[in-house]
Amino acid sequence: MNTLVEWLRPWEPSAPVFIACALAVGLYAAGMMRGARPGFWAALSYFTGVGLIYAVTQTHYDYYSQFLFAAHRLQHLILHHLGPFLIALSMPSAVLAAGLPATVRQWPRGRLKPLFRGLRVIYRILQQPFIAGFLFVGLIYFWLTPEIHFDAMLSLDLYWFMNWTMVVDGLLFWWLIFERGDGGITPRLSPGRRILVLALIMPPQIALGAYITFSGQNLFEIYDVCGRAFPIDPMLDQQIGGLITWIPAAMMSVAAAIIVLAFRLERDDEKA
Amino acid sequence: MKKLDRRLLQRLFVLALGVLVVACGGRDYQTKGIERLLPDLSFRLIGESGQMMTEEDLRGGPTVVFFGFTHCPDVCPTAMARIAAATEAAGQGLDSDLQVLFVSVDPGRDDPQKLARYTDFFSDRVVGATADVETLRELTKRYRATFGYDEPNEFGDYNVSHSSAMYVFDADGDARALFRPSDSVAAMAADLRRIAGG
Repeated sequence: MNTLVEWLRPWEPSAPVFIACALAVGLYAAGMMRGARPGFWAALSYFTGVGLIYAVTQTHYDYYSQFLFAAHRLQHLILHHLGPFLIALSMPSAVLAAGLPATVRQWPRGRLKPLFRGLRVIYRILQQPFIAGFLFVGLIYFWLTPEIHFDAMLSLDLYWFMNWTMVVDGLLFWWLIFERGDGGITPRLSPGRRILVLALIMPPQIALGAYITFSGQNLFEIYDVCGRAFPIDPMLDQQIGGLITWIPAAMMSVAAAIIVLAFRLERDDEKA
Repeated sequence: MKKLDRRLLQRLFVLALGVLVVACGGRDYQTKGIERLLPDLSFRLIGESGQMMTEEDLRGGPTVVFFGFTHCPDVCPTAMARIAAATEAAGQGLDSDLQVLFVSVDPGRDDPQKLARYTDFFSDRVVGATADVETLRELTKRYRATFGYDEPNEFGDYNVSHSSAMYVFDADGDARALFRPSDSVAAMAADLRRIAGG
């Protein structure tokens, strides 16, 4: 029992993360109570995505993420790939909108209209397929640049900034890939373009993961400098981290491409 | 309008990246500058005399903090020998009040007497301190470091994973530099002179 409590206790409590996760769950639940019917699998996908993001940032797992390279890579796999993937797959916008108070739903048309117009411009730019794909891969490279990674793991503020950028970028990217239903402000790409974007982001991730896995030198000195969670050969830690960056991250593209194709087939069936 | 927005956004993005990289840790250090990356010096430990010791006891000059353990076969003796050599190489330019605090993260084996014998071996500037595991956990967490224990062997010996860095704080207790195992003694000496000079 004590062990469970220890595991559930955040290593570095973060109010913004806690509030964001609570809001995400609360709004979705409120939307369902107000009549939105997302379906069992969509709801499961959404809650699992939010739950995973919470689990790797606000439990004792975060301790291992900070002091083991392999655990850090798994954390980012969830923050950037799996968690946002599951959330975007559930396409929760209608349920979340139903959960919002009516006054908040009016904000984009009220006094805050100029602000929302600006945000919309920024969003449309970030959701250009080339920019979205470039940002998705670029952020992984950026935070894994050894000097930048060193500072990000040393400073608590930078650490949270890094994690937030991963989640936000993950949501943007997977939202673009799985966008469907009633048209919103997200550009609607054809299935072929979605699969092309997914294919293009694979080789750079594979190259980076393979480079880390097969590198003969200790690339991320920060884990020696700050100490590891338990005694482990630094090169083994790096190799496991490299493999996580390489294989499951690239496999997510394959999984997403299959889902995009399945949606396409489903639509064809409906038309027929 | 759209073109203008796009250009503005591009500039903001480049600026943000630039600020982020430049703002990290400060420049002009020959080792690793950590200004604004880590909090100031603050601790409550048991010193070599068995008395409570705080950062106030080390005020007046720069402080170098190292987390280790006296049974350490390689990393700790090497680090202590290197910092002793760096303080010597810094020579006249170094504030005479500079102290090195060796914090043992192995309180099960390192008592104040053992720490005193160990630190005396390296330099008069080196002082030892320790605390219970929970206090040490909080202190290392403050400086984004950790430690862990291996399973003991048949003789009761066990390995301890710990930080290999030396954290350098100035006379006001502000975090200034991080000495990594890869930093040369000459670079450490140059930065010690600089930090001691204000």
